Amino acid sequence: MTTADPRLPARRGSAPTPGRDDAPRATGTRRGGTRFGGALWGVAPFAIYVTLFLAIPTFLAVATGFLDADGALTLDNVAALADPFVVSGFVTTLQLSAVTSLIGAVVGALVCYALIGTRSAGPLRSVIDAASGVLAQFGGVMLAFAFVATIGIQGLITILLLDTFGIDIFAEGVWLYEAPGLILPYIYFQVPLMIIIFMPALESLKPQWAEATATLGGTTRVFWLRVGFPVLAPSFLGSLLLLFANAFSSYATAAALTSQGQSIVPLQIRAALTSETLLGRENLAGALALGMIVVMAIVMTLYALLQRRAARWQQ
Amino acid sequence: MSAITGTGIPGPRRGTRWLILGAIGAIFAVPIVAMVEFTLRRGLEGGYDVSRWVTVLTGDVGPEYRVLGVAIGNSLLLALATIVIVLVLLVPAMITVALKLPRLRRVLEFICLLPISIPAIVLVVGLAPVYGVISRAAGSGVWTLAFAYGILVLPFAYRAVQSNIDAIDITTLTEAARSLGASWLTVIVRVLLPNLRVGLLAAAFISVAVVLGEFTIASLLNRQNLQTALVIVQKDDPFIAVIIVLLSLLFAFALLLVIGWIGRASTRRTR
Repeated sequence: MTTADPRLPARRGSAPTPGRDDAPRATGTRRGGTRFGGALWGVAPFAIYVTLFLAIPTFLAVATGFLDADGALTLDNVAALADPFVVSGFVTTLQLSAVTSLIGAVVGALVCYALIGTRSAGPLRSVIDAASGVLAQFGGVMLAFAFVATIGIQGLITILLLDTFGIDIFAEGVWLYEAPGLILPYIYFQVPLMIIIFMPALESLKPQWAEATATLGGTTRVFWLRVGFPVLAPSFLGSLLLLFANAFSSYATAAALTSQGQSIVPLQIRAALTSETLLGRENLAGALALGMIVVMAIVMTLYALLQRRAARWQQ
Repeated sequence: MSAITGTGIPGPRRGTRWLILGAIGAIFAVPIVAMVEFTLRRGLEGGYDVSRWVTVLTGDVGPEYRVLGVAIGNSLLLALATIVIVLVLLVPAMITVALKLPRLRRVLEFICLLPISIPAIVLVVGLAPVYGVISRAAGSGVWTLAFAYGILVLPFAYRAVQSNIDAIDITTLTEAARSLGASWLTVIVRVLLPNLRVGLLAAAFISVAVVLGEFTIASLLNRQNLQTALVIVQKDDPFIAVIIVLLSLLFAFALLLVIGWIGRASTRRTR
């Protein structure tokens, strides 16, 4: 990820495109046939591992949604997805994801734009890369603490606004621990994630295109409107979808902010999982998990389609 | 290698660049500054001092925080075990597919990127019964979490290693070495691994970052790691918790900075 391709010693100028170079590789396959046992040793342990820890858990997560407390097949849990409480959870989560991914994508892309022309190995980029990595991957619980210290009841900004300007941000109740309170912390990890995933796309813009535009008498404005934006559009939308998926599936920040809340779906799953003493509740987690997987599948399918389109210009 | 200087792509003016970066940077600094300010507060009488930092940095935090020390140890152990899983299970599979089973490339890519689409909170619903079995077979040691973490880091590790594999033209390198009489072991140790070090290093560091920040699975499977311990400590003494958060963020930042720099230095040398 952070080793965006341009920095690697890509002597051939471009990475091989999967699927397009079957012809030369076919030779390798034929020759490999004699050492098929060796190939098996390389792949089999990994196959067993992902079966045990990815395929089986995913299957179990979804399958339990169709089982009742005695293990018999039932659609009761899935029907519970239509419960107003669950529906409002999904709506809130989708809204939260949409708002934070949009803001995150725009602000993150702006930072990427500002970084055009800086050396990718230079100190500025190194610091921004590392800081983005920390905030995007490492955040979770710690971001919750950061925002309690910032806009919590005793937070720095809360007190500053109250003492200096007489503005009480919690005049209508403390919203930090409800769904709206998640917006700012989520943006705080969405923007860095956008920087990480969108920067490589921006770097794949070929300088020759700018030179060609200039040769043909185009201005900077023309370059961006006619070349830059159209080429980057699929990557931007793809990144936007990744951010959406990221917000939709995050759990840690919300869980650390509120130990009881059930405003978003991941927190509802927690409640269903931890109160398994309540009969039948355990399998509601499975149904909620199924609902989340359906949403994620839609988002990621769109992402895959956009990626295919984006790859067209990145050869 | 034109992307390095980027002279061709029309970028922002100097002033515009610093205005954008300065404004967004300042906004992003606020929560960090707020945390620092919070840890320096002197209780009800107001004012600031550094007494809590002294307490934490001298390790004089008292036995009730021993859970934190244990948890940090657990997280580091998990980070190490996860890197081992990536190196021992994922990397051989990727090299094998690149060299001998190119038709499986798409399948491998799909599997490795799948965890992005499966939220950890969903995975944990299915992992709970799996870990029930593991606990009976191998005990409920915290290290067993590494199996789940290996899955979490798959997409990141895969991307890092695959972009490296694509860039070095692994087939030609291997064929060249083989035709010069190198054994498969020599090819892997002296040709492939040195050429893949940047990708492997990147995969390792992103794994460390993901594991040290992981909360969802540990918390819902009732295992103790850095993040779950922070939530517990925060309830007793938010000041100590925030200091640990600041130190962890600093540690992760330094880690990513150093490893990113190593990656770049080695790339430059290769070029």
